[in-house]
Amino acid sequence: MSFVSSESRHDTSPDGSAAALSVRGVYKVFGRRPGDAVRRLADGATRDDVREQGSAAVIDASFDVRPGEIFVVMGLSGSGKSTLIRMLNGLLEPSAGSVEIGGRTVTKASAKEIREIRRSSVSMVFQHFALLPHRTVLENVAYGLEVNGVDKATRLAKAREVIGLVGLDVWADAKPDELSGGMQQRVGIARALAAETDVLLMDEAFSALDPLIRREMQEQLVDLQQRLGKTIVFITHDLNEAMFLGDRIAVMRDGRIVQIGSPEEILTDPANDYVAQFVQDVDRARVLTAASVMEPARAVVPSTAGPRGALRVMRDLQTAAVFVTGRGRTLEGWVRDRHVMRQVKAGDTNLDAIVNTEYARVAPDTALTDLFELAVESPLPIAVVDAEDRLLGVVPRVTLLAALGNVPTATMPIPVLEPVTRISDSDLDATLATGEQPILGDLTINTTDRTGADA
Amino acid sequence: MTSLFGFRLPLGNAVDAIVEWITTYLGGLFDVIAAIFTFFYEWIEYFLTTPPFWAVIVVLVALAFWAKGWKLALGTLIGLAVIVSIGEWSYAMESLALVVVAAGIAVVLSLPLGVWAARSDAASRTIKPVLDFMQTTPAFVYLIPALILFGIGPVPGIVATIVFAMAPGVRLTELGIRGVSSEVVEAGAAFGSSPWRILRQIQLPLARPSIMAGVNQVIMLSLSMVVIAGMVGAGGLGGQIVAALNRIDVGLGSEAGISVVILAIVLDRMTAAFGGDRKKRVPSRSKAAGAPTGADDPAPAPQQAEQPVPANA
Repeated sequence: MSFVSSESRHDTSPDGSAAALSVRGVYKVFGRRPGDAVRRLADGATRDDVREQGSAAVIDASFDVRPGEIFVVMGLSGSGKSTLIRMLNGLLEPSAGSVEIGGRTVTKASAKEIREIRRSSVSMVFQHFALLPHRTVLENVAYGLEVNGVDKATRLAKAREVIGLVGLDVWADAKPDELSGGMQQRVGIARALAAETDVLLMDEAFSALDPLIRREMQEQLVDLQQRLGKTIVFITHDLNEAMFLGDRIAVMRDGRIVQIGSPEEILTDPANDYVAQFVQDVDRARVLTAASVMEPARAVVPSTAGPRGALRVMRDLQTAAVFVTGRGRTLEGWVRDRHVMRQVKAGDTNLDAIVNTEYARVAPDTALTDLFELAVESPLPIAVVDAEDRLLGVVPRVTLLAALGNVPTATMPIPVLEPVTRISDSDLDATLATGEQPILGDLTINTTDRTGADA
Repeated sequence: MTSLFGFRLPLGNAVDAIVEWITTYLGGLFDVIAAIFTFFYEWIEYFLTTPPFWAVIVVLVALAFWAKGWKLALGTLIGLAVIVSIGEWSYAMESLALVVVAAGIAVVLSLPLGVWAARSDAASRTIKPVLDFMQTTPAFVYLIPALILFGIGPVPGIVATIVFAMAPGVRLTELGIRGVSSEVVEAGAAFGSSPWRILRQIQLPLARPSIMAGVNQVIMLSLSMVVIAGMVGAGGLGGQIVAALNRIDVGLGSEAGISVVILAIVLDRMTAAFGGDRKKRVPSRSKAAGAPTGADDPAPAPQQAEQPVPANA
């Protein structure tokens, strides 16, 4: 895939730091004449075409993994993902291409240099845990340090610390076969963490666990990654897992990487039919974020516009409430029509006095699953704000539903409150025109509306 | 007389010539080997025959207790007492010394060979037919050159025993190491372990049950060779059986034969216990008093069934 190669042909990530791991044009062909097979594959031959020369497990893989990111390689069995990960730490030697970890070339390194790179830069977590059954949990976790020549007291102390990190303190002196699968894999992760390498390779690490434990482990991994800032290359055949864990995902098929992108890119813009078909069944609510579905917020007035300005916007947009922003477009809250109207009638020009600060707001990277409850409780659209409280957009209920069903939403302005609760246009006009005549908006307000005011 | 179009392959003559060449030019080497084997044999025999019989029995019973528990200890005690009471004790100890030396050397040779065969397919393919050859060639056939090279005494018996008994040691070591989960070996490599460290810390410990089963088999096969060793002057229970055969002495033959069986069972149960999980080596209280030979333990029974001990004894 040419676009994959060209896209990843830069040695640095967007923030300018060097890639933690970089893979360039890597091939792996098992068989009698790997060289011939690589040449033919490079000319565009498929896996089946080179069956005579050998079996092509990985074809022209190129990508960079940025420091501190979780890079997921996803593919079905036989797609070459396990072969690919084994070339990253030199367990398998590529037929062509190069792999660099932390600036050191793994390919072409001598056996001794490769051992040194593994000890200092890259550790691994295995599908079936691969713990040493004749050693205790503590000794297993200390294994990497032991190989590294760290003295016994230091390595056991370090191992104990990491075991605490994965929550297995009380099991330190147990043998692995006394532990459940999930606990064994936590030992596997602790062993990899204790080795104090920057890069962690995880080969189908959670695939052997049952679904509930798997979910728990995924959350724990994300948590650990955020605390420790490790660079993780994670192999999986489970798309939901890939979407949940991955900062970026490489989708593999028949030995080739067919797309590299963020979970949302893969979901919303699949590179080909294969990927599209693949992502069909994914749980969209877990992958899509507030930022990817939010609508531009139109019902917004700066607090300097005053009650009259707010009322005018409400009339123009046919809505019963507007968001109010302060200096620098920071979100202050919202006001609803009857309060504003009362203020206009009273001749008060300070909109801030009636701003309601109780509303649902979320960060742009919040998953849709976390929006449902808020959407149920709040009649207002959910406000999406950045770290400085600036209003980025809004997510109304209808947008949530549309996003789940993969239906394009209408681009019409989004009313802040459901229209039924609105004060009639004529009343608004009258208020704006005169500002004196006492019109009781309460008459037209129903129960839904009261909930809204309370929210 | 049948012949292949009058052609006769001079195989026998060739082997004759080879053995003669070896005797002439490598005689010194074989003298050294003989001296080493004799040294080991006499040293161990000294420790088994010099002390009073009860002292040796106490040591062996203690060993049985440590290996498995009180049932095996009791069985060992009764078995050895029977050997003493039928007057075969000193012969039994001579045979035991021969078995210990031969099995010890066979294990020392077979372990590295098994490791090598496990690491290299080519080595495995080469070693396999050689082992088949060693195991299936009738023992008397290589006893003849052994006699020529080492002379009468325990040494040709030891050599013949090593040749015959080595094969399962090599095979089960290879099998055990190849059977270690490739992912665990990969894990060792992934953390930067050298091949030697992987062998020492991962492959050998995990292959231990299989290797110990091999050691057990080596010892059993060694014991089955004592009769043949007896024919070339090694003495011991083998010597007694050969003497009984010459005199058609049924009584003596059966006494020596029973002694071989008792030694075999005691050694088998002990080595099998060492091969098992250490945790399971605690005395079990689940059953009533153990049978004299420890036959209440069903675990090693399948191994016992394969052993040619009764046939040779």
